[in-house]
Amino acid sequence: MKASRSTQLFWIAGAILIILYALIPVFWIVSLSFKAGDDITNKQFLPTVWSWENYKTVFSSDLFTTALRNSVGMSIIATTISVILATLAAYAISRLEFPGKRAVLGVALAITVFPVIAIATPLFNLWRTIGLYDTWLGLIIPYLSYSLPLSVYVLSAFFREIPWEMEQAAQVDGATAWQAFRRVIVPLATPGVFTAAILTFFAVWNDFVFGITLTSSEAARPVPAALAFFQGASQFSQPTAPIAAAAVVVTIPIVILVLLFQRKIVAGLTNGAVKG
Amino acid sequence: MSTTLPAAPPQAAATKTSHRRVRLTDRARKERNLGWMLAGPAFFVMVAVTGYPILNAIWLSLFDYRLTDPGAKDFIGLGNYATILTDGLFWRQFGVTTLITVVTVAVELVLGFALAMVMHRALYLRTALRTAILVPYGIITVVSSYAWAYAFSNTYGFVNPTLGLGDYDWFGGTWSALFTICVAEIWKTTPFMSLLLLAGLAQIPDDYLEAAKVDGARAWQRVKRVILPNMKAAIMVALLFRTLDAFRIFDSVFIMTAGAQNTETLSFLAYRQTISRVMIGLGSAVSVILAILVVLIAVMFVKVFRTDLSQQRGDRK
Repeated sequence: MKASRSTQLFWIAGAILIILYALIPVFWIVSLSFKAGDDITNKQFLPTVWSWENYKTVFSSDLFTTALRNSVGMSIIATTISVILATLAAYAISRLEFPGKRAVLGVALAITVFPVIAIATPLFNLWRTIGLYDTWLGLIIPYLSYSLPLSVYVLSAFFREIPWEMEQAAQVDGATAWQAFRRVIVPLATPGVFTAAILTFFAVWNDFVFGITLTSSEAARPVPAALAFFQGASQFSQPTAPIAAAAVVVTIPIVILVLLFQRKIVAGLTNGAVKG
Repeated sequence: MSTTLPAAPPQAAATKTSHRRVRLTDRARKERNLGWMLAGPAFFVMVAVTGYPILNAIWLSLFDYRLTDPGAKDFIGLGNYATILTDGLFWRQFGVTTLITVVTVAVELVLGFALAMVMHRALYLRTALRTAILVPYGIITVVSSYAWAYAFSNTYGFVNPTLGLGDYDWFGGTWSALFTICVAEIWKTTPFMSLLLLAGLAQIPDDYLEAAKVDGARAWQRVKRVILPNMKAAIMVALLFRTLDAFRIFDSVFIMTAGAQNTETLSFLAYRQTISRVMIGLGSAVSVILAILVVLIAVMFVKVFRTDLSQQRGDRK
């Protein structure tokens, strides 16, 4: 593509503006997390003295470390199960003809449309009755059903782009449909599965509604919900800066994933959404 | 989209396959079984975990039921709905939710389009740009809400000194509080919108733009006459996703104002009735109303833009 020097300068200026737009609030919370003492209320972007104090505070608080363990554990379990189920379903949807295929897609679509809070409040009643309230399983189950539609759509989009002939060829050579799936499609689909896993992880890691409605103690409360309860905790006389530190800690995995897999995430989002 | 939710009759599926090679019945049956074996578990989880609660909510919404007083559970038919729909508070929250939705989605569309244009055109800084833009997308909503709440705070924030506003209390009035919520929401979700639009932009052949340029179309004319009409479908999908999402806004309201200064939204109302006040019947009714509203919005979108969507999806399903 050719473009004159001045137009390129225009786009570069735009790019820099957007990068600032995206990162300033993040830098702000990072900078706030390094403020201690009077700096916290200095109302300036940067601290006068950079201090690790808030990080020490949050990591010495059970409230945060337990929540972090809950978040990491539940997110990994939910993401793994969700992506396995979605991979199987997406393969069936994009490769096989079977009655009820549209029902699967329809249900997935209905779930993405349905308000989370409208699911969470009935689950609150149900979980209390059957004893899943305030447990890991009680959160993992709704995480699964909520992340499945996205994974199914993203993966179906990826699977459609895998060349048919490869599978056909395997079947001509005597492989069953299942073998064709395992030996041919799985290696080709791995990048897609990986992308779906990242997007699912983002969705589950971000959960707040289920986290506050379906938990009542540290037993299963994930970080976003725990952050909202930092306010009342007595061990923090001034919870603002520790909250900022905790917020930075849970943002680190996101930033790492984004830095490593930027290309995959963009492809997954645009394919899944527009072509799904 | 949701108008197509009911499962297609089997005949429809059969006619759809007719363009494929004719297969042996045995093989077709195997394929069918495998299909359900593979898709079944995901289908089951989705239906069980959302289907049951939805039906349960509809059922409970017909009762006057308070968790702390189960003995007084009483069937009152549509009584809860009457209570809610005749309550001025509900309508105000409906108004607040609608306002937030319209404002954020409108701003995001314009801003998202600008972002998509830059991402599409910029030859340098491409990776940096796409990486940076994914940070707001991936960041936890609660975290971004705190970041913005503290930024606007008159005790901790840099916004007031930067704008020379002194001790102005953003969270002291309805409009300014809503403004901060909208800012946080727009910051967080514009990247998603822009990526969907970018996908649409990328599908426009460069030839179209070259041709328009040769014909003497100015930049704005090229946007209006060539780019926008050719990415209608992408715009539609982006608008639909974001509108449905914005209408369910909860996290940022909870964190930034906790519903103070009349900034309560419908999701927040459902939460407060069920979880804080344990008015299960009333809360369930709010949830059902919210769900119906969301479905209505989806249906409206599909009705208005049916042709665009069917063009978009026709080759897919």
